[in-house]
Amino acid sequence: MSVADPPIILYRLQACPYCERVVRVLDDLGLEYHSRFVEPMHAERNVVKRLTGKRTVPAIVDDQTGVTMSESANIVDYLRATYGAGGES
Amino acid sequence: MVDFEVTDLPKTDHVDVGDEAPEFTRPLVGAEYWEDASLADLSAEGPLLLVFHPMDGAFPTTYVWNGLRDRGLPGRITTVGCSVSTPYEHCNLLSERGVDARLFSDPDASVGAAYGVEHDLDGMAGVTEHRIATYLIDGDRTVRYAWVASQQPEFPNYDALVAAVDDLV
Repeated sequence: MSVADPPIILYRLQACPYCERVVRVLDDLGLEYHSRFVEPMHAERNVVKRLTGKRTVPAIVDDQTGVTMSESANIVDYLRATYGAGGES
Repeated sequence: MVDFEVTDLPKTDHVDVGDEAPEFTRPLVGAEYWEDASLADLSAEGPLLLVFHPMDGAFPTTYVWNGLRDRGLPGRITTVGCSVSTPYEHCNLLSERGVDARLFSDPDASVGAAYGVEHDLDGMAGVTEHRIATYLIDGDRTVRYAWVASQQPEFPNYDALVAAVDDLV
């Protein structure tokens, strides 16, 4: 489905600052990711709800580690700990 | 069949049977999200029906999707549409018109230009969109069936399209 099938899928909303925060960290860490944009209407984000139990974005699915999570602060911590300098490479 | 005046569209040297379908990547809108997808990704999974149509909301767009649905085509072959409309408009088209397909968003109609199916007749300043066209593309990205409108309004030859799908899947 995706262009190059990178292991991380990012569910995001256009112009969402919390999503852009995650994007910045992904870019800083040089991580490949594939974006899926969801509906602005919270009630219609069932795809995210099925994955994370919540309808909030950002949310990521990392096939490499099997991790699925939401909340930008949690995601940023996870990415830095997993892929950042000092973390597991 | 029609009892009103139709307009001839300019001649076009469009992509035709036997040609390699031009590769492209655009946002592909499904029921729940959209993501960049390429024609090569889709055709690698098997044959597909690519339908170019005017912007969402135009009556020919509704007619075309009704015509495809009435013949059960989206259930028989992977079916993707393409118009200049934004992903948000595509979401509405999918939900409000009961379209069982995914839709590429090609706002500058450059995919349409690559296929020779662009259309700027209707006199909206700054807008080039797509004329109605149906392409059957096999897993090697070879065009197996092509129909491109030469008049407006003109609707796909559904019988020929169904017969071509019968041959392909």
